Amino acid sequence: MVVQRKSFWVQVVWGQLKHNRMALFGGLIVLLMFLFAGLASLLPGDPAAIDIKQALLAPGGSHLLGTDDLGRDVLLRMLYGARISLLVGFVAVGISTLLGILVGALAGFYGGWVDALVMRFVDIMLCFPTFFLILAVIAFLQPSIWNIMIVIGITSWMGVARLVRAEFLSLREREFVLAARAVGASDLRLIFRHMLPNALSPVLVSATLGIAGAILTESALSFLGIGVQPPTPSWGNMLIAGKQTLGYAWWLSVFPGLAILVTVLGYNLLGEGVRDALDPRLKD
Amino acid sequence: MYRYLLHRLLMMVPLLIGITLISFTVIHLAPGEPTDMQTQMNPQAGSDLQAKLHKQYGLDKPLPEQYLLWLGRLVRLDFGESFAQDNRPVLDKIAERLPVTILLNLLSLAVILAIALPLGVISAVRRNSFFDRATTVLVFVGFAMPSFWLALLLMDWLGVRLGVLPVSGLKSLGYEYMNLSSQLFDRISHLILPVFIAALGGLAGFSRYMRSTMLDVIRQDYIMTARAKGLSERVVIYKHALRNALLPVITILGLSVPGLIGGSVIFETIFAIPGMGKLFYDGVMMRDYPLIMGVLVIGAVLTLVGNLLADLSYALADPRIRNSE
Repeated sequence: MVVQRKSFWVQVVWGQLKHNRMALFGGLIVLLMFLFAGLASLLPGDPAAIDIKQALLAPGGSHLLGTDDLGRDVLLRMLYGARISLLVGFVAVGISTLLGILVGALAGFYGGWVDALVMRFVDIMLCFPTFFLILAVIAFLQPSIWNIMIVIGITSWMGVARLVRAEFLSLREREFVLAARAVGASDLRLIFRHMLPNALSPVLVSATLGIAGAILTESALSFLGIGVQPPTPSWGNMLIAGKQTLGYAWWLSVFPGLAILVTVLGYNLLGEGVRDALDPRLKD
Repeated sequence: MYRYLLHRLLMMVPLLIGITLISFTVIHLAPGEPTDMQTQMNPQAGSDLQAKLHKQYGLDKPLPEQYLLWLGRLVRLDFGESFAQDNRPVLDKIAERLPVTILLNLLSLAVILAIALPLGVISAVRRNSFFDRATTVLVFVGFAMPSFWLALLLMDWLGVRLGVLPVSGLKSLGYEYMNLSSQLFDRISHLILPVFIAALGGLAGFSRYMRSTMLDVIRQDYIMTARAKGLSERVVIYKHALRNALLPVITILGLSVPGLIGGSVIFETIFAIPGMGKLFYDGVMMRDYPLIMGVLVIGAVLTLVGNLLADLSYALADPRIRNSE
């Protein structure tokens, strides 16, 4: 089983993906972002080091991307910001994916009234503008980085739940599942050992796209002043801090914004590429 | 058709109840008291004030009872009174802001449709052409663009540096003293940036979606039939294919409502537009419980109405559904 899945990923998915230049470009961006985030701690210098004499230096020279109004190095802060953005993206999506899988598996495996009840709940959650829900909850908690990840996670699991449910509904009647059931596999074993591994591909795609979404959401929350709080650098709060100085220190807003744009683009391209590779029928 | 409508309306009842339940729960499970703003953060408040306020707002009752009381008032369209200084009815506050948000969203939807549909159709028809590739790249960039960042840059560039567009509000200071045509011009110039920013994300999504449904339709047998009987390519594409490709777009229009409403928080805050998103943001910052619950309910109901309208239009447009009952 495991060997088979590996060869599926290597042969089929990679085989398709390597001809898709946009997806490869996206993958490259994603890899580079990891590299940058890892690089942060290897570089000398403290992202929080304040040096007023060096404030608001334009890009170039010893500060490649310039310095901010407190004389902190923008490049260094952006590298640390990459960590925060990646952390927010991965943890938030981890939470939403886990929740979505549990809810979707529950509905799809048991069907009947469980399914009806659970999916009505999903329908209701989908009625709310997600950003309203996030805002309402965040405002009552402290806007710490962990709260932000949790709130983004618990307000964005509905899509995954629908995907997993749909997969489970069709897997439920497949012969290998019926066979496992016939030899007396427990519900938990059926769900996690037999069905879930076969339902994960679409989840992976939606998780990749979800990371892009979570990074954008964090930056939007930062814009409203309730994202990751300074002095912890996130691309979102750096961009906003540069808002006041946009007229004479453009680099403070432009570089973090570009970083968000490029990273989100990377995840989206990669996600779409994997989607096409998994289902060549969708490819046009 | 009427039976379908009735069925759809009845289906909305449990959803509405669920919406109120979640709006209520989200607010009341959160830590902190709604009266904190008036007591703990007010040095002049005594300890008895909290108890008094609790009694006044009914917060001393058990939660289920509070919910039922709130629900009972909601049914009579009484959303309670805002905790803000003005203590005005929540419904009035929402009612004066809602038209602004709806107007902006309708305008941006119009922009989205006017640009995205032709883009998608042309991309699909000329698949893999330079035009198609260029739009695909633009679409992905549009998807990834942090809209508030673009808004900031455009405000700085067009508003501050070039001074060609106003950067905040819905009208200029001397609006009342202008003649009719300058008033109109003033309105439009204030709307350009917000509508463009609000439309950006949807623009990318819709053109991508239009492209893929159009590609789906073009592969269908009836398109081959249309070509086989010698119809011109124009008629095949714009009469036979396009009309069928537009059907799923109706559904997506309905589904895009919550995203647009949610997004209004961002662009109304950037451009200082007095709409529902800004009202909600201010309410959240003030912990204005009745207002937050009210806007959550109204926002979700708007989504329900959007979906209902989309399904009804779909049924009207598609004879297979229209005639099925």
